[in-house]
Amino acid sequence: MSNSIPFNERADRFQGYRGPVKEILEKHQIGVWSEVDVTNDRGSVFAGVILPRSETFDDLHLVVKLFNGYNIGIAAERIVSIRETGYKKAVYKIPEKEFPFDPQKKNVTLLGTGGTIASRLDYRTGAVIPAFTPGELYGAVPELADIANLTTKKLFGVFSENMGPEQYKVLAVSIGKEIAKGVDGIVVGHGTDTMSHTGAILSFMVQNSPVPIVVVGSQRSSDRPSSDAALNLINAVRTAAECDIAEVMLCMFGPTSDNYDLLHRGTRCRKMHSSYRSTFRTIGDTPLGTVIRYPNDDGSHFKYLTDDFLRRDKTRVPVINPVFEEKVTILYYYPGFKPDIIEGLTDMGYRGIVIAGTGLGHVNKPLYPAIKRAIQKGVTVVMTVQTLWGFTQMYVYDTGRDLLDLGIIPLDNMLPETAYMKLAWVLGQTDDRRQIHTMMTTPINHETTPREPHNGYLILQGGLPEVDAFVQKHWK
Amino acid sequence: MLDSLDYQAVGLISGLEVHQQLMTSEKLFCRCPAGLYTETHDGEVLRHMRPTLSELGEYDGTALMEFKTKKEIIYLLNQQNVCTYEMDDTPPFLVNQEAIDVTIELCLAMNMDVIDEVHIARKQYLDGSIPTGFQRTAIVGVNGWIPFKGRRLTITHVSVEEDSCREVKDKGHQIIWRTDRLGMPLTETVTGPELFTPQEVREAILLCGLVARSTGRVRTGIGASRQDVNVSVRGGDRCEIKGVPRAGLAVKLVHNEGLRQCNLLKIREELHRRGLRTPDSVRMTAHDVSDVCATADLGFMQRALQAGGKVYVVKIEGVAEIAQHLTQPDTTFLDELRGRVRVIACLDEAPIVLSSAAMPEFPGKHGILERLRKRVNPGDNDDFFIVFGPEEDCRTAAEEIRSRFADATAGVPKETRQALVGGFTTFERILPGPDRMYPDTDLPPTRITRQRMEEIRSRLKPPPWERIERYTSWRVPEETACYLIRRGGAEIVDAVVEKTGVDGLLAGIVIGQQYKALQRSGVPVQRLGVAEWIQVFDLYTDGRIPREAIPAVASTMAKDNLDAEGASTALGIALRKHEVWAKEADRLTFEGYRCKSNEDTDQKRVRFLTGRAVRMLKGKAPAAEVAEFIKTKLGEVAR
Ligand SMILES: [Zn+2]
Repeated sequence: MSNSIPFNERADRFQGYRGPVKEILEKHQIGVWSEVDVTNDRGSVFAGVILPRSETFDDLHLVVKLFNGYNIGIAAERIVSIRETGYKKAVYKIPEKEFPFDPQKKNVTLLGTGGTIASRLDYRTGAVIPAFTPGELYGAVPELADIANLTTKKLFGVFSENMGPEQYKVLAVSIGKEIAKGVDGIVVGHGTDTMSHTGAILSFMVQNSPVPIVVVGSQRSSDRPSSDAALNLINAVRTAAECDIAEVMLCMFGPTSDNYDLLHRGTRCRKMHSSYRSTFRTIGDTPLGTVIRYPNDDGSHFKYLTDDFLRRDKTRVPVINPVFEEKVTILYYYPGFKPDIIEGLTDMGYRGIVIAGTGLGHVNKPLYPAIKRAIQKGVTVVMTVQTLWGFTQMYVYDTGRDLLDLGIIPLDNMLPETAYMKLAWVLGQTDDRRQIHTMMTTPINHETTPREPHNGYLILQGGLPEVDAFVQKHWK
Repeated sequence: MLDSLDYQAVGLISGLEVHQQLMTSEKLFCRCPAGLYTETHDGEVLRHMRPTLSELGEYDGTALMEFKTKKEIIYLLNQQNVCTYEMDDTPPFLVNQEAIDVTIELCLAMNMDVIDEVHIARKQYLDGSIPTGFQRTAIVGVNGWIPFKGRRLTITHVSVEEDSCREVKDKGHQIIWRTDRLGMPLTETVTGPELFTPQEVREAILLCGLVARSTGRVRTGIGASRQDVNVSVRGGDRCEIKGVPRAGLAVKLVHNEGLRQCNLLKIREELHRRGLRTPDSVRMTAHDVSDVCATADLGFMQRALQAGGKVYVVKIEGVAEIAQHLTQPDTTFLDELRGRVRVIACLDEAPIVLSSAAMPEFPGKHGILERLRKRVNPGDNDDFFIVFGPEEDCRTAAEEIRSRFADATAGVPKETRQALVGGFTTFERILPGPDRMYPDTDLPPTRITRQRMEEIRSRLKPPPWERIERYTSWRVPEETACYLIRRGGAEIVDAVVEKTGVDGLLAGIVIGQQYKALQRSGVPVQRLGVAEWIQVFDLYTDGRIPREAIPAVASTMAKDNLDAEGASTALGIALRKHEVWAKEADRLTFEGYRCKSNEDTDQKRVRFLTGRAVRMLKGKAPAAEVAEFIKTKLGEVAR
């Protein structure tokens, strides 16, 4: 293998290297993936392979992964000699194993958007190489074959934060096609950051689904042995294949422990912690159910926490409506908020503004003229609450009544992000003010609920003896 | 053969990995307090470890082994000492620079080349000892040495890493870990494979410990330093004895490991002679014999069956009597099988694996043994083993027994072995290779500027070998010198000698012995720092207290939290004027002269009388002067 590729023919020879280090590498005709002996001014010899360097690091150090597994940076100014002993380019590939087909099992399609659910690790760089094809997934999570026959389609490879209108439309259309093919369930692999946004928009773009549509990802990177990735994927595929709930759902860890996943309704959930495994919570309601890897005593993997859901029915015909108005935004109100932002949005041609107001749905008086002008110019302005839990109630105070008079539409307990997705979807279909009002205030899939059960709001306060005593008895 | 081993002849080679906790206030990658241990918990988390695919897209040996065990891993959490970082629900915070500084100091003390830019790597552990499944670790220095028995012992590298959890319980398919220690900064010092006898291993452990202690910035006490010892013999392979708590225990452990490897090589020879030359040549068949054993009057078997488990017989062809081959005193190859089955198949009810040869030891078992024989039909050269427990585990056990014999055809398998009391070891896991390490993508590297390094170098304490040489040249015993370095007393001795100009021997001995004595009697000895000892020795060099009173003054300072003046006043020690004490000493001498028999030599008499006089004078007179006075007096009387 040594030196089998001539130096000049190697791609990305100096990946990330600049300045003095690059000069040394050029001088010695050595680059990334070269196996080297580097000797420094103290006579220390470092034997290992040259790794690419992050562009954000300085240009003074050469990164070598030593053959003992550790990686170090060697200062260019201390390098006395450098000698290539071999060359081995990283192969970013996962060996495929054929995914077994069992006619007894349900058929599930996994649509990939770019989030890494299963992966292989590149031991040299620490890079995570996504496993995606059924063969790759089977190699990484062989348990999947015990659950369903899996087909995969890679729609795009974007990070969660780069998902947007174009991707939502493609995703909705693809889901429609898979349903038309007669699959028993659909899994959408997704990064976690905007997973609930996608859950919300899919709930509007794909209605009346005959089968479960399960959005899944991993919160702690899938290269770590303790990742939630494999378990989430196993549970999501199980849900797609067997669960009775034919809705758009998110399937993510219930507790941080490896225990069960929660099935959240796409319109009602939110990422509530930047890194915790149990980050997704249903807001203002209870989740739809739980799914667990090993069956409960009754032989079922599912516990339904409500019976108010659309049941699996393969004869039902879905409605796919992939529209999206991009000139919509969310404003997060704060004391001292200046009207010029609203003026600006109006002048820039925005068609919809979701306000996340304080308390029951409030903003201060100086904004009124700007809001009034926006509405007069045809902008739809809707109100949600930044408390996330609870309803807008704009009749209680004068400020609320004033806002209603201006033509703001209160959206009850619709989450701000869900309201954004719904407004963009509605404005993608109509500019008729009355129709917009009706559509926004008529729930499609529980994005507003008529009532909030008392256990729909539960943020246990740590430190209280009774709460700590409760937590102590459970796997967190 | 079992108690003696010619280490040179068998080519015994050993190297060390010394782990030392650092004295920092916070942990390495989060802001939790370091060194706060708790025995209670207020939260639990359940996790499983899943191996990540290796470079070749396959699970590596260790990973696969550990995955096979399918352990439920439970972490006990206490809000006081862990946050969401330790439970792997929050990414790491920037590395603790105080820990990096101490590590650099340690590197410089060992003549190492400090790395220009420190990068964090992840080292995979699937046993659950770290909730992420990997340990964050970074090399800080390479290419060093320390003087050792007239030669240089290579220090290959020093790394700084996060400490792991403490094991609470490991039973069946569940392991429980306490997380308080997790994340504390720890250095790992790796020596070259240059130790050739168990004694050398012991001495090297002590020396490495001394270097770490000499920085004054490491933790002490139980568990604060642990060492792993790598051992091999010629033709054998590297085995790591993990968690050797004290240097003294290393001697027997290394010796026994040498023996074990030599005996495994003999077993290999015997297997080869029988035609079992490759791992593939070992053939195994397993049978469910629960029906045969249903009537067996063996408690452990009945318990397994009643719990819904099975009894399996595992036949291995061509290995008759191998299991009875001794590997260490009182230990046979059967124990090698038991180790694997216990760890990998999670069968841990004694006796774990029963050999056919051991069956007759149980009274009246011949009948069952005959029925088992009939069932598995062993040839003359075959042997069979009995395992019992959950069916799936029995199958895993059967495969592990085969696999251990397969390994035996190659000699010594690379293993991590756990140190047990009595100098024995037991299988812990297959020794992982460098493949389990990969760069940490969560954290930026830390540049170590030459300026930072030189600043640390300028504060560097003298290395222990330099101090030992200096102290022994003062005629301080080497043992006392080492004690002073270990306990931080050397700092004080050096400062006292420098600041007060007192004789090094006096400072060394008084401080060394006093420190030990005070600590033993439970006096808060940490109250006596450099400044306090200087005060005491200042009083002495000013002639205000006698040499003999130094310990009493120091002890009173510590006990009553006084300064030296206060302590000497409290004790009523202040040297009396010569005229005052001389009058009293004169009286005593006169009495003493009268009452002593004539056989006493002059010298003895002087010593006896001086001792008595100093005692009666309660330290208010300098002993040397009293002795001189008495000698003169006796001379006068004799004349
Ligand atoms: Zn912490």
